[in-house]
Amino acid sequence: MKSDVSVQPMSHTLVSRLCQVLEPRRVHTEAADIDLYKRDASNIEGRAGVVCFPITTTEVQDVIRICAEFNQPFVARGSGTGLAGGATPLDGAVVISTAKMNRLLSVDPINRTAWIEPGMLNLDLTREVAHLGLHFAPDPSSQQSCTIGGNVANNSGGPHCLADGVTSSHILACEVVLSDGSLVVLGGEEPEPIGLDLRGAFIGSEGMFGITTKICVRLMQNYSAVKTMLMDFTSVQAGAETVSAIIAAGMVPAALEMMDQLCLEAVEAYIHAGLPTDAAAALLVEVSGLPHAVNEETERISEIGRAHGARTIRIAQDEAERALLWKGRKTAFGAIARIKPNYYLHDTVVPRRKLNEVLQEVYRIAKRHELLVLNVFHAGDGNLHPLLVFDKREPGVMERVHAAGEEIVRVSVAAGGVLSGEHGIGLEKRDFMPLMFGPHDLHAQSAMRVAFDPLGIANPFKVLPSPSSCGDAHDIGEGMWV
Amino acid sequence: MGLDLSPFAEVVGPASSGPVWIAGQQSRLAAPSSIRRVTAPSGIYDLQPDEMTVVCGAGTSIDELQDSLRAVGQYVNLPRGDSGSGSVGGALAIGRSDIYRLGRGAIRDTLLQARLINHDGQVVSAGGPTVKNVSGFDVCRLLVGSFGQLGFLGEVILRTRPIPQSSRWFMMSEAGPEIIEAILRRIYRPASVLWDGHKVWFCIEGNSRDCDETIQKLSIDLEVPTEIAGPPKLDNYPFRQSVPPAELAEMVHDHAQQGPEPLVVEAGVGIVHRQTPAEPQATERTIELLHQRMLQQFNPTGRLNPGVSLTTGSMA
Repeated sequence: MKSDVSVQPMSHTLVSRLCQVLEPRRVHTEAADIDLYKRDASNIEGRAGVVCFPITTTEVQDVIRICAEFNQPFVARGSGTGLAGGATPLDGAVVISTAKMNRLLSVDPINRTAWIEPGMLNLDLTREVAHLGLHFAPDPSSQQSCTIGGNVANNSGGPHCLADGVTSSHILACEVVLSDGSLVVLGGEEPEPIGLDLRGAFIGSEGMFGITTKICVRLMQNYSAVKTMLMDFTSVQAGAETVSAIIAAGMVPAALEMMDQLCLEAVEAYIHAGLPTDAAAALLVEVSGLPHAVNEETERISEIGRAHGARTIRIAQDEAERALLWKGRKTAFGAIARIKPNYYLHDTVVPRRKLNEVLQEVYRIAKRHELLVLNVFHAGDGNLHPLLVFDKREPGVMERVHAAGEEIVRVSVAAGGVLSGEHGIGLEKRDFMPLMFGPHDLHAQSAMRVAFDPLGIANPFKVLPSPSSCGDAHDIGEGMWV
Repeated sequence: MGLDLSPFAEVVGPASSGPVWIAGQQSRLAAPSSIRRVTAPSGIYDLQPDEMTVVCGAGTSIDELQDSLRAVGQYVNLPRGDSGSGSVGGALAIGRSDIYRLGRGAIRDTLLQARLINHDGQVVSAGGPTVKNVSGFDVCRLLVGSFGQLGFLGEVILRTRPIPQSSRWFMMSEAGPEIIEAILRRIYRPASVLWDGHKVWFCIEGNSRDCDETIQKLSIDLEVPTEIAGPPKLDNYPFRQSVPPAELAEMVHDHAQQGPEPLVVEAGVGIVHRQTPAEPQATERTIELLHQRMLQQFNPTGRLNPGVSLTTGSMA
């Protein structure tokens, strides 16, 4: 253990106990160390009391039993790439990092399953099984750095979840440590485990039902053919209508992404991929599978694009060109640094047929608040990601950013959409939950939480606007919309 | 969603109004005669092909729903009942997928949003109307397979899928475990692979020319598969067992050694279709505790579908 000057006096005993069950070097208490864990990738800051790095399930159980004994809240943390404050510790909570639990434990290439530890990075899993012709389908933009445990906590998505579904569809079982330190396997390799789908309930619970220590994932066969195309339009409306038309025609592409003009300009200046910077919007469409289906769908999608006014349809001619097009999509967030130093990424979902209507409203909101907005998003799912870019050194800009963000959320829900498609609720949208759910609805969600965590110490005060266990005010940091 | 569920909530009644049983078409589970029965609303309220969603009452017949979806080139991943169409709510409450699970996925992923009546006769909304949603805890996953014990489904939004261009069944008559392994490895995302230890039946969905080429490649070093009209009838296998798919080959082998009772297994999935019931599995203590807590929260008086066992799906 390093210097414990940052630890509150009340925590000395707890830290001592933690050092009895973990090697002291894996119990961090020094201010400089634990300060790194005060937030995730969101703008919301909290305060960690101590940060633990267990390497075995037993160690996680031991740490949680100590937390339970001291009635001390704990927060699970993977890579900290979450964008909604879900892994932000409040009130000096114990942070339990799963970063060192990152092994691939076993693979069954015939039945296409694998057991992994939660700290394994998403892209590492796909790399590890690539030689078997398999991959893990959920591919969040942060897949190089996010963990599978984090994907489970947030039920993460990604561009290629349009056809294959989000994380919940790809998780067969989770070994979970509950808030009293007990161990349970939710779900199983068998398709119909006994009783309720507790596995499904756990996925997306944002660390509030316990901590997963082993995960059984479903792997997907790699495709033998793929076509990636970029089509551009002179209006956002034409692009949005093309999205709906493709789906209505009975096709579900592997990915169906949209970038608007400001985004295209930023990305092109960054990667020089020959993107159509004079277009109002461009669609990146990927079709994968077997060769005849891929060729046929590529042709049909091209026809639909042309019928909706696509100016050009660029089909990647080789893997290098395909990779370049995807690089444009996946580096959009890096590219915006050329415009302004800061950004706030939003995440809502709207019905596909409302895409244009809501996007136009997003532009109006940004204009009203004198902010720049770029849109790069999973159009096939109706999953919007308005990116407000700004310089936080400008006086008053954060207030405008938060006000605009709130309006975007409200507009999306009013259009028949939902609060979040893949980032989760965390702290960021906790107090917007009543926009979607009434008291009885929230009570049902609270009931799930109580059933899993009657002690109320697993990542409390997130997701639910009126925590069932306590109504205390907490030191929720700058960035939260309250 | 706009269906007025208050009449349904009224007949379910408050917590004080005693035991109540939701009856669909009873194609999967018969309603006990001693308990007051209610029926969920039926009808299709909103079908949006370009959203790949459909809104319907939980009492809607699955056949009626599939007919309406077929007209727009889509289907919903809900199995028919054991004896007839069955209702949407019944399929979700039982939560068992059909023989196409390998390719089409599990039934639990079909439910996007539910409006249900809770134990106290209140309307509760769970999930969201869009195909992608992580807004709050996933109550919908818990409802699928809950045998109506956490609430009675009133109205649901379901995810639909395009009907595959072709769906073709094939059969090979001499299929050992190595053939099953070859099929699972070499066919791109087969929709279903059924095996009785001797014969294998498998389904390939998608582009018909791709299907032809797949069969040609398979035939290079294996028995040439025979195309057949559809899957084998499993009427004589009324019981099912769920095991890890990796254990199937050994299980089929052992079973063939021990007795004459045939099995048909879903390779790559782990469902075993049996003529006699399997030995019941023991429930792990913590799982049992979580079930108790969940029922205490959602159905504290035990009035919703009383007596049905969550673990066996039969009346206690």
